[in-house]
Amino acid sequence: MNTFLEHLTPEDLDDIGRELDAIRDEVMADLGERDAAYIRKVVKVQRGLEGAGRASLLVSLFPPAWLAGTTALAVAKVLENMELGHNVMHGQWDWMRDPEIHSATWEWDNVSAAEGWKKSHNYEHHTYTNIVGKDRDLGYTVLRLDAGQPWKPFHLAQPLLNVVLAAGFQWGVALYDLELDEARKGRKPWSRVASDVGRLGRKAARQLTKDYVAWPLLSGPSAVPALLGNLTANVARNVWTHTVIFCGHFPDGAETFDFEESDLDGESRGGWYVRQLLGSCNVDGPPVMHLMSGHLSYQIEHHLFPDLPSNRYAEVAPRVRALCERYDLPYVSGSLPRQYAQVLRKILRMSLPGGGEAAPETATMPEAIDLRLAA
Amino acid sequence: MRETRDCVSLWLRPGRGWPAHLPGQYVRVGVDVDGVRHWRTYSLTSVPRRRDGRIAITVKRIAGGLVSEYLVSHARRGMVVRLAPPTGQFVLPEEGDDALLFVTAGSGVTPVMGMLRALAQRPEGLPDVAHVHISPSSDDAIFGEDLRTLAGRHDRYALHEHHDDRDRRWDVRELDRRVPDWSARQTWACGPAGLLDALGERFARAGVADHLHLERFQPVLASADLGGSGGRVRFLASAKEVETDGTTPLLVAGEQAGALLPHGCRMGICNSCTGRLHSGAVRDLRTGDVQHAEGQMVRTCVSAAAGPIEIDL
Repeated sequence: MNTFLEHLTPEDLDDIGRELDAIRDEVMADLGERDAAYIRKVVKVQRGLEGAGRASLLVSLFPPAWLAGTTALAVAKVLENMELGHNVMHGQWDWMRDPEIHSATWEWDNVSAAEGWKKSHNYEHHTYTNIVGKDRDLGYTVLRLDAGQPWKPFHLAQPLLNVVLAAGFQWGVALYDLELDEARKGRKPWSRVASDVGRLGRKAARQLTKDYVAWPLLSGPSAVPALLGNLTANVARNVWTHTVIFCGHFPDGAETFDFEESDLDGESRGGWYVRQLLGSCNVDGPPVMHLMSGHLSYQIEHHLFPDLPSNRYAEVAPRVRALCERYDLPYVSGSLPRQYAQVLRKILRMSLPGGGEAAPETATMPEAIDLRLAA
Repeated sequence: MRETRDCVSLWLRPGRGWPAHLPGQYVRVGVDVDGVRHWRTYSLTSVPRRRDGRIAITVKRIAGGLVSEYLVSHARRGMVVRLAPPTGQFVLPEEGDDALLFVTAGSGVTPVMGMLRALAQRPEGLPDVAHVHISPSSDDAIFGEDLRTLAGRHDRYALHEHHDDRDRRWDVRELDRRVPDWSARQTWACGPAGLLDALGERFARAGVADHLHLERFQPVLASADLGGSGGRVRFLASAKEVETDGTTPLLVAGEQAGALLPHGCRMGICNSCTGRLHSGAVRDLRTGDVQHAEGQMVRTCVSAAAGPIEIDL
């Protein structure tokens, strides 16, 4: 069982909260023209790649054009979803007050509508990170990723389900945002589900029309390869985002929490920070990998400072790591293959009953370790 | 183009579909300073419908004014700014050849400069215009040279310059001495509140209040002395909430909470920042008045929360 937190006193938690707040404030105060230029450049590169990709696919009967177009479009979609969409909708760039790069106005190239996603992701996942039974991102309600989640026979199929989920990840996220599980439990009125279904339908229709009807039709004789190019780019984007996101919370060493919502009432700032820190894992790699992951490879820093512009995570990371060392807290980080292998192993192991004792590193943090502060 | 040591005119080339303005109107200009977009309102000082499509705004540096300082010292050829369509009620009637009086002080001359330039372009030239322009000194008179040139060219335009260093402080009684027939003239006045209040009083006393048209260039008062306790502000459309004190404008509080709020002059003139008060009461930071009327439109740049409020922004 986890005992590594017992050395932290309420005063330690307070200090951790203050130190991390100070890091955040320091970076926020330093934001300026350099950062604005960075995000505008990413927008420009993304638009350029998407334009070039779509243009190549217009003549994709010619195989090299298909390959180049599909690659460019896939990269453009990844950039749009990760470094732009996800981060802009977190409000990371709201400080610029540019309505074109703002969480209130951004709609992404994804079947999941911005409105619903912002609620399920920004609020629920980032508030209740890795709390069993509360953070629905913990297995996305279809996978069993923690010994604390009750095993059911359909979990036997989860290795296969995971492959399907990876390929169609945007659809998985969109359906997940409908919260059918919540409605079944009576926690969400079906009337709201119906209006959410309507919203998803409209967004999905627009996306399908754009990628699979309008662009192929424009491509004339290249219609079929253009459609396949769009399909390939979408699937490639899905598999990559699925990989990045699963590596953020499910490798070995990521803690899950057996909390009730009421346990969070008295959670201190420091307690919240520590829970975010323990529930997240980083991925090591070159700058281009960080960019393509929307800097979610700095998952720890992202969860500590979700609205800090992503281009600043790299400079914050060493300071967070140093703080973890000082307070003897784990800072989980590893290469992409290593982290993803651990995720796959967990998906396989958890498809069978049990798993708590066999893999102690996936143990749920007991309630006895209290992240709250006596107020 | 530099007008005085702390005032510049900037030529802008609007994008396609730009509507022609009326002389005397202003535009909202969005400028990125240190990566952050700020909106301010500036009077248009060029004539409408120029053949080259360009428009001019004139910006005076305000001490501690983020955007005016930036524009006066950092504006460069090729810089890109955002523009909102021209607006404003401080305009001349379309027809008529009435005798006119302009009373301007400091940068208050800017909308009037736009009017004078447009009038000077008319085939019949300037109508009978008297213009009292108040400035700290001859060197600091914004458009001093232009106005003097205009006076040299147009017989019916009489310029009365008042320089505080030479003529002492302006007093409204000087109007009688400089422009004896002022009460017979349609009057447009723009400048600080003290000047406009005095004029308003004088015109009312003479029974010709309807002759006076005002444009107030008035910064928000430092309002610490107004007291008031503030409260929790909910921006309904932005889904943001923030705790405020009784002296922080709703606009500033909302921006700090990350809401993307419309705004312009930030001094209660341009109405760009208006939002409907859904519940609660707000305090006007310029007067200290508290308004309770729910459903009323509130200017967020000069209003603070008086208790918890909800606003449809």
